[in-house]
Amino acid sequence: MDWLNAVVQGLLLGGLYALFATGLSLMFGVMRVVNLAHGDLAVVASFLAVAIISGTGLPLWFVLCVTTPLFALLGYLTQRVLLQRSLSAGPMSTLVVTFGLSIVIQNVLLEVFSADTRTLDGGSFATGSFEISGQLSIPYLSLATFVLAVVVLVAIQLFLSRTGLGRMLRASSDDPDTATLVGADSRHVYGIATAIAFATVALAGVMMAMRSSFDPATGPSRLLFAFEAVVIGGLGSLWGTLLGGMVLGLTQSIGAQIDPALTILGGHLVFLVVLAFRPQGLLPGRTA
Amino acid sequence: MTLLSVRSLDVQHGQLKAIRGLDLDVEAGQVLAVIGANGAGKSTLLRALAGSNLPTAGSIVFNGTDITRVPAHRRVAGGIALVPEGRKLFRSLTVEENLLTGTYRRRPGPWSVEKIYELFPWMPDRRRQNAAQLSGGEQQSVAIGRALVSNPALILVDELSLGLAPVIVRRIYEVLPTIVAEGTTALIVEQDVAQAMRVADHVHCLLEGRSVLEGHPRDLTAQQVERAYFGIDETPAAGE
Repeated sequence: MDWLNAVVQGLLLGGLYALFATGLSLMFGVMRVVNLAHGDLAVVASFLAVAIISGTGLPLWFVLCVTTPLFALLGYLTQRVLLQRSLSAGPMSTLVVTFGLSIVIQNVLLEVFSADTRTLDGGSFATGSFEISGQLSIPYLSLATFVLAVVVLVAIQLFLSRTGLGRMLRASSDDPDTATLVGADSRHVYGIATAIAFATVALAGVMMAMRSSFDPATGPSRLLFAFEAVVIGGLGSLWGTLLGGMVLGLTQSIGAQIDPALTILGGHLVFLVVLAFRPQGLLPGRTA
Repeated sequence: MTLLSVRSLDVQHGQLKAIRGLDLDVEAGQVLAVIGANGAGKSTLLRALAGSNLPTAGSIVFNGTDITRVPAHRRVAGGIALVPEGRKLFRSLTVEENLLTGTYRRRPGPWSVEKIYELFPWMPDRRRQNAAQLSGGEQQSVAIGRALVSNPALILVDELSLGLAPVIVRRIYEVLPTIVAEGTTALIVEQDVAQAMRVADHVHCLLEGRSVLEGHPRDLTAQQVERAYFGIDETPAAGE
């Protein structure tokens, strides 16, 4: 039963990783931008949630409803003001810009919130669970995060396939030059992609804040998990990202069951195995 | 009425000045063909007209508005659509989705996805197929459809027949009168000179970025076209 428990927890953890990795995958898929500040943005969302909840006592759902659109707006502006300029200068310069952004964010967080390690107190929601059988119980938080991840992925999928703007996002991902010839304003399209990426990272950041502790320097190590989920699942594929997240979560959870020291290492090993034998990922994306 | 008027246009293609001091007028409702050898600047001209390559000098006036510096996506809304060289369909989108991308900045007009399906009757059956799975001729038809659904006043077609079997080319050219009859002016770049002479109301021959010969196809002799096309210099005889 311990093993079954590990499997279920691992799969549910995958939802969180998928939610977190989607933005990274989307920004790379549409703009070929590897956002090295992705992990730090999640940490910003975590801190923001702590600040709002401890400062005002507002409920969690309200915090999610505030931070997500705020981050979307921030994403749109970041693209238009910061990334767009670097895009024309080549992939190296966007990498340097996002790396710089990562350092700036970490230091601003350090300045504002100090180096203390924090967690977000989610109350009984974060610690409670319902029992399926004697040894298998499912935590509310993990299940809610997983459901949230699936809902978000379905919403993005519908946006990409059913709306004109979503279609332009996919067209730009295929061939940006031709997309402008059929009327896509690439700056706006890229802005929307970044807005979606930032919105999802905000959701992930708030959910992560309840699950594990964080400090201003946690971002880069979180980014690694997002990278692993994206690469295992297949770059540019939404459902691949979910699968990749679940494989990563499962491996970590089973690794922990064998020996707690294996938790992180297990994930890294699966990541390396996929890179070596199936570099296109388990569910290769249409754009990869 | 003059729909498009190009004056002293210079356009760079990378390091090369591909178009030099070009003048060109397109009358509304006509088919204008641009012919010329490889490297004459035909594709660069079309990309400049569509807004992908911004000119370094000169002016482009479309429908009475100077659009020389207007970005490509705004030109679509203004009524210019390009069928690019090599078709350039969106590979991960289906046939229908490719057509729908053309409706993003749609102007009011006769063309719609349904109308394109009437124009190319094979298309509805395969509309859920991935665009990458189509043959060259089918891709060309979808690319033309994608440009048409934006209801352009001017459609620019680059290398329509390139890499296609003659029977397919003929079939695609058969739809050209329908397109013009619906009120769209066409500027086509064609390497097949005989084909261009057959369909066009007016022909321009480019050589090294300049227009060296223009006129109605029936007024031009085969020898004139040949000399202009290959740049056979007449200057030794010009001293007479």
